[in-house]
Amino acid sequence: MINSSLLKEFTDLLGRENVFTDKADLVTYSYDAAVLDPVVPAVILRPANYELVGKIVGLCNENSVPVTVRGAGTNLSGGTIPSANGVVLVTNALNNILEINEEDMYAVVQPGVITAKLAAAVEAKGLFYPPDPGSQAVSTIGGNVAENAGGLRGLKYGVTKDYVMGLKFFDAYGNDVKTGSRTVKCVTGYNLTGLMVGSEGTLGVIYEVILKLIPLPSHRKSMVAVFDETAKATETVAAIIAGRIVPATLELMDNFTIRAVEKFSKAGLPLDAAALLLIEVDGYPAQVEEDAEKIESICRKKGATSLRVAKDASERDKIWAARRGALSALAQLKPTLVLEDATVPRSKIPEMVRAIEDIGKRYNLAIGTFGHAGDGNLHPTILTDKRNKEEWKRVEDAIKEIFEKALALGGTLSGEHGIGLAKSRFLKNEIGAGAILFSKNIKSALDPKNILNPGKIIGE
Amino acid sequence: MSDMKRLAQLMGELEEQLVVCMRCGMCQAVCPLFAVTGKESDVARGKLALLDGLLNKMFENPKGVYERLNKCLLCGSCATNCPSGVKALEIFIKARVILAGFMGLSATKKIILRGMLSHPEVFDRLLEWGSKFQGLFTKPASDILGTSCSRIASPILNERHFVPLAKVPFHRIVPSMNTPAGSSGIKVAFFTGCLIDKIYPNVAQAVLDIFSFHGIGVFIPEGQGCCGIPAISSGDAESFEKLLLYNIEKYSSADFDYLVTACATCTSTIKKIWPLMVNTGSSDDLKSKVEKISGKTLDINQFLVSKIGVKSQDEEKTSKNNDDAVKVTYHDPCHLKKSLGVSDEPRMLIKANKGYSFIEMPEADWCCGMGGSFNLQYYEISADIGKRKIKNVKTAGAGVVATGCPACMIQISDMLSKADERIAVKHPVEIYAESLKKG
Repeated sequence: MINSSLLKEFTDLLGRENVFTDKADLVTYSYDAAVLDPVVPAVILRPANYELVGKIVGLCNENSVPVTVRGAGTNLSGGTIPSANGVVLVTNALNNILEINEEDMYAVVQPGVITAKLAAAVEAKGLFYPPDPGSQAVSTIGGNVAENAGGLRGLKYGVTKDYVMGLKFFDAYGNDVKTGSRTVKCVTGYNLTGLMVGSEGTLGVIYEVILKLIPLPSHRKSMVAVFDETAKATETVAAIIAGRIVPATLELMDNFTIRAVEKFSKAGLPLDAAALLLIEVDGYPAQVEEDAEKIESICRKKGATSLRVAKDASERDKIWAARRGALSALAQLKPTLVLEDATVPRSKIPEMVRAIEDIGKRYNLAIGTFGHAGDGNLHPTILTDKRNKEEWKRVEDAIKEIFEKALALGGTLSGEHGIGLAKSRFLKNEIGAGAILFSKNIKSALDPKNILNPGKIIGE
Repeated sequence: MSDMKRLAQLMGELEEQLVVCMRCGMCQAVCPLFAVTGKESDVARGKLALLDGLLNKMFENPKGVYERLNKCLLCGSCATNCPSGVKALEIFIKARVILAGFMGLSATKKIILRGMLSHPEVFDRLLEWGSKFQGLFTKPASDILGTSCSRIASPILNERHFVPLAKVPFHRIVPSMNTPAGSSGIKVAFFTGCLIDKIYPNVAQAVLDIFSFHGIGVFIPEGQGCCGIPAISSGDAESFEKLLLYNIEKYSSADFDYLVTACATCTSTIKKIWPLMVNTGSSDDLKSKVEKISGKTLDINQFLVSKIGVKSQDEEKTSKNNDDAVKVTYHDPCHLKKSLGVSDEPRMLIKANKGYSFIEMPEADWCCGMGGSFNLQYYEISADIGKRKIKNVKTAGAGVVATGCPACMIQISDMLSKADERIAVKHPVEIYAESLKKG
């Protein structure tokens, strides 16, 4: 419990201006971007240096107080929804890029650094940090690491875990732990970095991250392929992958999404198209040309009704603005938007898209499907109004069925949004009792008082 | 508790607008206040959650919510960039009215808004007295910016370097005007606005010079009032409505093609806020009058470019290679770009003067931090936001920064003066008017 003496300790450590206890402040840290009920915490702490982070965690453990770490609060699975009577530890004051090393191609950053700001700082030096989650304009690297965030470039460049070389974090007792290194290779000790990435704040509190950087590709080419049947588009996706081509991005947009985007952005998308594929290849000029040609011929063979290649940077920007506008456009249609991210092996994309269409029809729900088709990570997006209880029940049932289908196809519950609170009850369907027991053993050994973001991933 | 139930009922009118927010948090990327404080209650998502909290009776009293709701620049950056299309600005203004009505205005605000502002003749008289005596308490701070600072420790003036009240306000120079359309065939009504009237009469004079050059007829009614934004942003619907009725009457007495203002904030208030607020329970007659006037209202830059056809000089002729050209950059007032989508026109107007060479600054549309009464209440934060603007102005390397809003002009002058920067602040119409004089 947080009593007045613990509160005083927090205030002495952080200063009054970084400790919020007013109800009106607490309420603003009770939610994240997931469609879940808010939980009002007991106190908000915003440490201005990393040493304080360790002290806070230590104090929380001594007093058995739950602590939930929060970056920008853009989590889509409830990972940053705190515990009642718990602490929210806000990392956005720890926002320094400590080092960008051009010779060895890595960056060292604090957890509160904003993803897009890091990407821009790195790009200014001719380097590339590829993970680009949809919320990158506000999301923090700490949150990206804790959630193992993905993005549009997952197919060719992988996700956050592929770029984390090392970490510093505080364990549940507030002990300082260092893992990984600045070297390309490192097999020293357990791979604690691997354990921490995607652990959603349940095993430790990250305070420094070493990120791998790569050279910025010199050429890019973007194109849009139009299809009159969704099946033709999804089969094209599977064929491109089977053709041993790896585009940087390979995105799908269904007719429902196309119409929503067009309604709000007037981007000139073909309203009668059943589906669009938005494709980008990058690399050396010769390779880019060759890949683009191969993709073009696959698209035509699979029945694309038209194919447009962006002539210049502004056309290219238009294509990706349309894609980035997809979620926004859908969001404007109804009060509540449920963004799912069940993911399947890529050869199963055609079947999964068919299944989602079918589920939408059977439950009489508006579902727009778009997303990272190239890496099997679709975003079926259900539009509803949570206040309509009858419809909300149908939404929950439909989500359950989408999960079942994804698992039946050898897929996964979540490609990039995390398990958090939203999906923890489905976890055993995918990973089984053995993995859950093993995970629980790890959790209880490392955090015996269960203070680190309790309830997330494996439940209470 | 019954009180909070009553408040929840009042908040009910906002429910349909509040549910649109999906808490994605993208407003964090564009909120100038959040960029300085990092505090969730400072950003739109947090404020919307608090209003939701009132709706759901989560609070025992509304004080904390009211305070946080008022800590906002009302710049509208969040609304402009919201993926879900949440009308945050509209919601915040309506919520301020509901809460101010529920809790009552502070004594200070009552005196200023109800005692002074809503009586234009009293307000004018008081500030004229102020203009006469301000020299006793203040001293010049920067010649190029024309700013002053306090001679004595003053809780109101603080550390400010402010542009002083003009010796003679515009309404003393030109109390009223009614000239027929000239060669342009167009007649406009000019809404001066308090800040241009009392601090920047030279801007109004530049506007009249331009009107006369282009053969535009002008109507200026005697004793016009404030547009009402200080009142409505304090939630004072009563004073706002008084001013609205006063102005509507003044401007309904003549025929004109457009109502033009040189103040971004007045324009956006007349165009957006007047129709928004008049919708609740006003008479049909008033509604149609407001609709008519706000439909005809245009920012001066937009008017000159789109209706009069003022064009930029050719890039080659302008001064890219002319060493004598004065380098000028432009700051986008939130109430012009975000509220009204006007951003090309002021730049074109500046480029119409070949004595200037235009340089774009980084983040030209990042708020300057003024936000009207926000600056009075949260001066330190306002100054922190302003410093970012000054950094960008300096990056541009210009000798003049232009902006289409007198409130932004005051803020930017304060920041430049305190930083000892010798960069002048001008309104685009001043720059354009200079080119007409040179012939």
